Amino acid sequence: MNHLVVMPILLPALAAGLLLAVGDRRLTATRIVSLAATLLTAVCAAMLMAQAATGMHQVYLLGDWPAPFGIVLVLDRLSALLLLLTGIVAVAACTYAACGWDSRGGHFHVLFQFQLMGLNGAFLTGDLFNLFVFFEVLLIASYCLLLHGLGLPRLRAAMHYVLLNLTGSAVFLIAVSLLYGVTGTLNMAHLAERLTQLPPVDVPLAHAAGLILLGIFGLKAALLPLHFWLPAAYSSASAPVAVLFAIMTKVGVYAIVRVSTLVFGADGGIAHFAPWLLPVALTTLAVAALGALAAERLSACAAYLTVGSVGTMLAAFATGGAEALAAALFYLVHSTFGAAALFLLAELAGRRRGAAGDAIGSGDVTVNCALLGVTFLLVAASVAGLPPTSGFLGKLMILQAVRETPAAAWIWLVILAAGLITLLACVRAGISLFWDGKQERAGNVAEPSSAEWTPLVLLVACSMLLMVAAAPVKRHIDATAAQITDRADYIAAVLGASPERAPRALRERGGQ
Amino acid sequence: MEWLLASAIGVITACGVYLVLRARTFSVVLGLSLLGYAANLFIFAMGRLVSAAPPVITAGAAAYADPLPQALVLTAIVIGFGMTGFVVELALRASRETGSDHVDGNPGRDEKEGT
Repeated sequence: MNHLVVMPILLPALAAGLLLAVGDRRLTATRIVSLAATLLTAVCAAMLMAQAATGMHQVYLLGDWPAPFGIVLVLDRLSALLLLLTGIVAVAACTYAACGWDSRGGHFHVLFQFQLMGLNGAFLTGDLFNLFVFFEVLLIASYCLLLHGLGLPRLRAAMHYVLLNLTGSAVFLIAVSLLYGVTGTLNMAHLAERLTQLPPVDVPLAHAAGLILLGIFGLKAALLPLHFWLPAAYSSASAPVAVLFAIMTKVGVYAIVRVSTLVFGADGGIAHFAPWLLPVALTTLAVAALGALAAERLSACAAYLTVGSVGTMLAAFATGGAEALAAALFYLVHSTFGAAALFLLAELAGRRRGAAGDAIGSGDVTVNCALLGVTFLLVAASVAGLPPTSGFLGKLMILQAVRETPAAAWIWLVILAAGLITLLACVRAGISLFWDGKQERAGNVAEPSSAEWTPLVLLVACSMLLMVAAAPVKRHIDATAAQITDRADYIAAVLGASPERAPRALRERGGQ
Repeated sequence: MEWLLASAIGVITACGVYLVLRARTFSVVLGLSLLGYAANLFIFAMGRLVSAAPPVITAGAAAYADPLPQALVLTAIVIGFGMTGFVVELALRASRETGSDHVDGNPGRDEKEGT
């Protein structure tokens, strides 16, 4: 077995333990350990990405138990892509946190590593209950991270976030156990096989469980009726946390994609979810665009744009087909970098305006930094989807992929209109923050140090790379989408994986 | 027994949902606990109800209880317990800082609504 597969979960877990032992007092030491662990995890993710590019499913049997009985981790192209994305965003967030945010509360880096462990675990696991467990790991870390730095707005947002997600967890458990009740298994590949052989009387139950799961993943991904927690939570979170949270909604998207294509994929994959998913995704996009336009702060604007990006990619995904899925995945990568960079910009710009912060409209102090302004221009153009940025390419791919589908007119209309509104929102924010107003410096604000520039430069560079190297990335993502839509390989790989040696108990039993 | 367990889960869930929809954090936390109990009982029931059957392989056993839901319930209980502890602490902190135990932390609206 290839032990590299389990590393993205083990490394952060070990680092978190080590960080607890080091303690908060030795701040430099915690920073070094945390940064090193985050970098190492990202390198692992890159190596796994290279391995997954061969198209093989790598199955890791935890405890060497054969597949439907033990818990499996499965690495395919989709998991590897998201692991790498998480790795890059985590490096950016950790670097920025090490510039000062981590000293404003206890145990930042410990919680950060646990969050990373939960994220990576959720992307790797091939077991539905294990997915629940990793969701809980990343959620409890995110509750504490969201509260990092405290203050009233954070407490208020965290209260809603925690209560909503706890209710969600209870409902998640009900859906998972309902699936277990009708199929007798929780391994996703085994579930996929069993669901095709269900007696007709159990089929409605399985479908109900599927739709409950869609609701839960919709809550994590912030789909329309369940998105109200996100703008308050993300805009009140401290900047490094908000950067890391840019990947959190993508966990929901990943879970929707994985479960609907793999577990419920029998009748054409998404067919079962599509009647619900498409209208909900389009309304999410429309509402989020309007929210971004009405946002009072740049961080709130970025939060609404995060919601909108989820709507865009799920609308494409809901039309079905590998081409639309590939376009959605490309957009996922692009929007993660875009949102993370916007949250960073909101913090860096807001700090230079003193009391006005990143408020749009009311503040009359302009950020007197051309470099920051130009970076905002680049990121905003990408997020709004202006050519030739990666956002433009992503939207173009989505529009091309859905043009043959029955709902094409609606998708084109909403995506294009939302793009225009997003552009207006970004222009409004840019004028207010960087252009219009008094040119005076707000107090004695320190210039962003080169360490503070690093994460922003990293994110913008990744976004640029996505634009320049769009063709190879698209080829890789096309292969990813093709691999996801053909689930037979996945099922065969998981159920066919044999342990390296039979567990001792089994050997003894065999001898008796 | 099936009828009893099913209606118990139903009643607990209904109580939990009612309490979660209240405006005070204390009732909401109680409601979340009840929802958690209902979910745990539900997981347990999904392994089918049998009595006096061993969950591990035993020589000469006629029937077995499904051991997996029991393990799942154990995990869910542990996670639920940790989460409840966290949310209680969060609720206490919020009520101390905002001076109100309203879930929105808004004392003005609080007095009009009452509970």
